[in-house]
Amino acid sequence: MCLAVPGKVVSIDHRADPLTGLIDFGGVQKQACLEYLPDVRVGEYVIVHVGFALQRLDEESARASLELFEQLGLLEEEFGDAWEQAARQESGSEVQ
Amino acid sequence: MKYIDEFNDPDLARRLLDEIRATATRPWALMEVCGGQTHSIIRHGIDQLLPEQVELIHGPGCPVCVTPLDVIDKALEIAARPDIIFCSFGDMLRVPGTDRDLFRVKSEGGDVRVVYSPLDALELARKNPGRQVVFFAIGFETTAPANAMAVHQARRLGLTNFSLLVSHVRVPPAIEAIMTAPACRVQGFLAAGHVCSVMGTAEYPDLAEKHRVPIVVTGFEPLDILEGIRRAVHQLERGEHRVDNAYARAVRDHGNPAAQRMIEEVFEVTDRNWRGIGRIPASGWRLSEAFRDHDAEHRFDVTDIRTEEPAVCRAGEVLQGLIKPTECEAFGKACTPRTPLGATMVSSEGACAAYYLYRRMSGGPAPRGSRIPQEEMNPVG
Amino acid sequence: MADLATEAALGATKAPADAAEAPVDPASWTCPAPLRDQPVVVMGHGGGGALSAELIEQVFAPAYGNPTLATMADSAVFELGGARLAFSTDSYVVRPLFFPGGCLGDLAVNGTVNDLAMSGARPAYLSTAFVLEEGVEMAVVGRIARAIGSAAEAAEVTVATGDTKVVESGHGDGVYVTTAGVGLVPDGVDIRPQRARPGDAVIVSGPIGLHGVAIMSVREGLEFGVEIASDTAPLAGLVAAMLAVTKDVHVLRDPTRGGLGASLNEIARASGTGVRLRERALPVPDEVANACGFLGLDPLYVANEGRLVAFVPRDRAEAVLAAMRAHPHGAGATVIGSCVEEHPGMVVVATGLGGTRVLDLPLGEQLPRIC
Repeated sequence: MCLAVPGKVVSIDHRADPLTGLIDFGGVQKQACLEYLPDVRVGEYVIVHVGFALQRLDEESARASLELFEQLGLLEEEFGDAWEQAARQESGSEVQ
Repeated sequence: MKYIDEFNDPDLARRLLDEIRATATRPWALMEVCGGQTHSIIRHGIDQLLPEQVELIHGPGCPVCVTPLDVIDKALEIAARPDIIFCSFGDMLRVPGTDRDLFRVKSEGGDVRVVYSPLDALELARKNPGRQVVFFAIGFETTAPANAMAVHQARRLGLTNFSLLVSHVRVPPAIEAIMTAPACRVQGFLAAGHVCSVMGTAEYPDLAEKHRVPIVVTGFEPLDILEGIRRAVHQLERGEHRVDNAYARAVRDHGNPAAQRMIEEVFEVTDRNWRGIGRIPASGWRLSEAFRDHDAEHRFDVTDIRTEEPAVCRAGEVLQGLIKPTECEAFGKACTPRTPLGATMVSSEGACAAYYLYRRMSGGPAPRGSRIPQEEMNPVG
Repeated sequence: MADLATEAALGATKAPADAAEAPVDPASWTCPAPLRDQPVVVMGHGGGGALSAELIEQVFAPAYGNPTLATMADSAVFELGGARLAFSTDSYVVRPLFFPGGCLGDLAVNGTVNDLAMSGARPAYLSTAFVLEEGVEMAVVGRIARAIGSAAEAAEVTVATGDTKVVESGHGDGVYVTTAGVGLVPDGVDIRPQRARPGDAVIVSGPIGLHGVAIMSVREGLEFGVEIASDTAPLAGLVAAMLAVTKDVHVLRDPTRGGLGASLNEIARASGTGVRLRERALPVPDEVANACGFLGLDPLYVANEGRLVAFVPRDRAEAVLAAMRAHPHGAGATVIGSCVEEHPGMVVVATGLGGTRVLDLPLGEQLPRIC
């Protein structure tokens, strides 16, 4: 299960029942049912599974995640080779 | 593409891998219970890149693999009937029933159609009032809201020629069953991200506590999977067993309430047989009483089905992580992707199909009688 | 290692005791038993993947196989009356008949022109045989015929002969066309899948997946909006430009059904070499990647109708690439990998992350998935 892809809501047909919208997946456009996200707005990103938008994508969260990953690299640069760190570690302790 | 490309960055992936390597001081076995995650892991070669201590066991996360044999046989029986248009997601067409699959039924004249969405099946019902349209409603919780909406709409539109053959399954009972199986090796779980987009995370803390396993809600792009693994290993190293949401951009703790309400209205919990595993209590959904007249099993009376799994197929043990595919006698011989005996070889996310490809490439673990020298195994990179 | 891989690849089943011991000789492998598990034809047999290969190997080859047929290249090359000819045939069954970028008529001409070009031949004459369904609109047939005419002109070939049959309504998809073509192969040119050699550069002539996505975007039930048109195009001119740089091009293939994945697997098996691709080098346009993304398809298995993949000796690769890029149908040409000694008969992709995955021969048709 779970093949759901992020797309941008480009238009909403408020007269359609169930609520339907046009979603843009990086240049590919397809209709999706928006009934499960009734207050979604044009311009927002949603994940779409078998023709249904199931959840909004939270930009802040995405940004925070990416920053966290960037930080991992930074820590290594500050504190040296990750392999060395692992070798120096007593079991259970960890550089954070 | 936004929300995909950034989470495929190889440089960040390298950092996450290094971090996992630095964190893991002893062997850990993690299981992902999501076909989409298994697919991503194989597609990007992630489990080859992980340090040796971290093992990924591919769990029963693909509805293709776990749809019970008797349901497949019922689908085949219905699809073969001349008056019926049988609609299905593409994944199900090659799943073997007792003696054939939907492709074969199609070739013998059955009107079998692949659809992208259950609403497409509904549309077919509207356009073909003189024929019965049956939609094969399989999937985990992610697909349930879509399937529910289709039958809900059918009711509203007064479409009497539309019905569902339902075989929904739920993740939390599967985790329970896996953890209570004897010889269970799983120490932590990656929870299916999009299942949680719908259902939220409420069902997992009890499981984490009871079985003392970290459960990390994980996404699908390479960085998401690596982050899920990193957080699980991090917890394991510290002896923690919490629910952690590593896919916050698409998962809220409360999930999608509107979708949950629809599921509640249309479906009710039931016991389900999981192919290869057996009966797991309360692990599935069927149509609720109010929607029973849209239930294809009742409408077409397919109760008289004899099912027979090939005796040699050990898909169930593979699905639970109890054996590796290579430990099955039929693996690579009688059972190959071209001639699958069980669902784990049919589905491209199935553990057996995945192992089959790897084994051919690396030559190991070596089959009996092979003369492949040790140094030729696992030439990665 | 080779025997195990080949055996698995051919799908042969032997008793466990034999499996690792007996070497498999593909040349003598004709199965006397009826098609195992497949008493009837299924859609997958037309998919260009493993099932299609089995149909050929288990039904057609035993009936009329011969060394020329066994080459299994896009076109057959043989001597006739002192001339070296390339000869090819193809049936066109596309649905819908008209799609962004072209129609059945374009495919019918370009497909056969390209099959001939893949032997290095200069295509000269085509035949067209129509099977029309009773009740099809004459205007539709007219449009397809006109498309054939302009495609033939663009490809500089002559439609020399043809045939028409009509079948009863309900027995066809409106219009089927079968074309055959013949052309002359220049001296000193020997292009066939068996000639792939470890060390060869693997080059694709441009972005992949366009035709398949264009078709899917208008197929009933899927319909989605996308700015993609089929890449259908005649490639004989591009091939001539490549051969002008060196006659020693080893392999040419146009990856139609089954995409690059099917073509490269066929070449790897025919030559007993391995193919190693670099995922980051694959020219997949964003829209193709995104369309494949929401359908759950792999661009490497999506059909192309105006692309070729070439195996070129490494020391000539740069020069050939430059010649391709200078030609209108090779503007996006790029090296995507190499032919290798390792894992003979198999195609392996080095993923963007540095892992590897095996790219197997597709079984039948690729279908949209939810999983």
